[in-house]
Amino acid sequence: MTDVPVNDNRLAVLDHSRLRARSGKPGAERGRISVRDVDIVFDTASGPHVAVQNASLTVRPGEFVCLLGPSGCGKSTLMNSIAGFVPPTRGDVTVDGEAVTEPGPDRGMVFQQHSLFPWKTVKENVAFGPLMAGVGQNEASGVARTFLSLVGLAAFENAYPNTLSGGMQQRVGIARALANYPSVLLMDEPFGALDAQTRIMMQENLLDIWREFRNTVVFVTHDIDEAVFLSDRIVVMSASPGRIIADIDVKLPRPREQSLLTSPEFMTLKRQCLDLIRTETLNAFQQQNKAG
Amino acid sequence: MDSKSNVAMKTAVPLDEADNTPTTAQTVGKPSAPALSATDSSAGDDSRPPASVWLKTTGVRYLVRIMALAVAVVLWELASTNGFHFYINFNNIPAPSVVGVALVAELTGQEFYLHILHSLERVAIAYVIAVVMGVILGVAMGRSRWAEDIILPYIELLRPIPAVAWIPLAILMLPTEQSSIIFITFLGALFPVILNTVHGVEQTNSVLVRAARSLGASRTAILWHVVLPGAMPSIVAGLAIGMGVAWFSLLAGEIISGQYGIGYYTWNSCTLIQYPQIIIGMLTIGGLGTLCTLLVRKGCNPLLKWQAKGGRS
Repeated sequence: MTDVPVNDNRLAVLDHSRLRARSGKPGAERGRISVRDVDIVFDTASGPHVAVQNASLTVRPGEFVCLLGPSGCGKSTLMNSIAGFVPPTRGDVTVDGEAVTEPGPDRGMVFQQHSLFPWKTVKENVAFGPLMAGVGQNEASGVARTFLSLVGLAAFENAYPNTLSGGMQQRVGIARALANYPSVLLMDEPFGALDAQTRIMMQENLLDIWREFRNTVVFVTHDIDEAVFLSDRIVVMSASPGRIIADIDVKLPRPREQSLLTSPEFMTLKRQCLDLIRTETLNAFQQQNKAG
Repeated sequence: MDSKSNVAMKTAVPLDEADNTPTTAQTVGKPSAPALSATDSSAGDDSRPPASVWLKTTGVRYLVRIMALAVAVVLWELASTNGFHFYINFNNIPAPSVVGVALVAELTGQEFYLHILHSLERVAIAYVIAVVMGVILGVAMGRSRWAEDIILPYIELLRPIPAVAWIPLAILMLPTEQSSIIFITFLGALFPVILNTVHGVEQTNSVLVRAARSLGASRTAILWHVVLPGAMPSIVAGLAIGMGVAWFSLLAGEIISGQYGIGYYTWNSCTLIQYPQIIIGMLTIGGLGTLCTLLVRKGCNPLLKWQAKGGRS
């Protein structure tokens, strides 16, 4: 049971009826995100702070979208409004036509780090979602094993999170979010705290898994390479107030591998993002200098 | 000599391996890479140090503790037999040898055990009530501002009142002597349990709550799966302190006891000027308190086994 299955058929263990329920006919597709005219304003001690301004965005089912922007540009805030943690001050956010009012298992979350329950074993962490959905203990354990095999951590099912490396913890986090078969996967700089080498391997893993899952992914990052490598579309945001300033299609062929990182097409896209980000970062600097 | 150092060498190797496994696995990022399955299964297990290592660390430390106490007993014996009197007066203090003889006499009789049994019963009842009430009130206060604002003034006001001061009211308000003693013991244990529970609950990690909510957890499930386990280290600390304070307060309560209890025994020896018995009573309370606190800590260990990695042993 605890053996790691070989690469080719490790996805055979997934519940394909649940995967198919999402794809199939276009009308039955799930995972369409619609953000319309959204402002998000926080009340702070020094007055209202506009984190997101007039953001509109549509994500098609099965699309991999990166929100890219400098630190503090409101990209995480925008994603948190899709997750249901932050209500928009103005405008509305819907997933599959339903207004988002609270977090739910249809939108799986992967956080930057330290988000596993330290008192639960790796398997118990992954089984938590199915258990909350009301399946029995045995079935939840079975689902957890399936998803741990998927991320290559079946051998660690009885380990506690604090005995694992950062990269392994993030893989458990991904398995935990996917165990609910969510139509949308929201990832908030999930590889930001990892070293460069581990990060690249994690990105490849994620694409492998996503190829089978084909759910909608919204991925927040400030790493341009990461955004270009992973996504179908890059949505670039400006710094305070956070506005969407560009929407770039990434038409690089899939499956993608590390060698892509040095190809001319990749470089062109990277340059395009770099210029946008650079302008924005300079603007942000100037604003900070004025304020200070 | 040679065989000894051999053992040490051998035991050192598996320990190192166990420590390194997670780091090795980190570099194997690709899922289902063949390297994962072979060596990594041990990483999750708590590798117990072998017996020889235990002797060198834990064993030695316990030996040091026993020696530290033994030194005090020897000094006390010398001070008492030689009539040490320099500001502190040992003239009327019975020597450990005298106390030991008296203790043997007590241990051969039946009375002494009855005292202990009565005290154990009172502490057990008082402690269980204090733990149940303390944890419930503590969680309520940690979770709800209303509960905190209503309950906190009582705690702040009542906590500094020493157990002895409660004796008259306890006698006036409660129907039996037994219930008065249990009430006073209960009060002692209650406050540390409440305050530590509040502290633990208020430190709940908001990222974990958000993770649980996005996985579909209800409020009750969050309380059960996130808030309580997260507060557990602090709650366990409160339980251990509460047990100590329970024994501390017991003596005050048993002053009003007419017949049995180790606190009564100590107090009664005091009125009868039986010096060795006073010391026996004191040390019995200290010993039982230590033992019970240890049991609480050991009993709670399974709740905290996820913390096992790292820290001092």
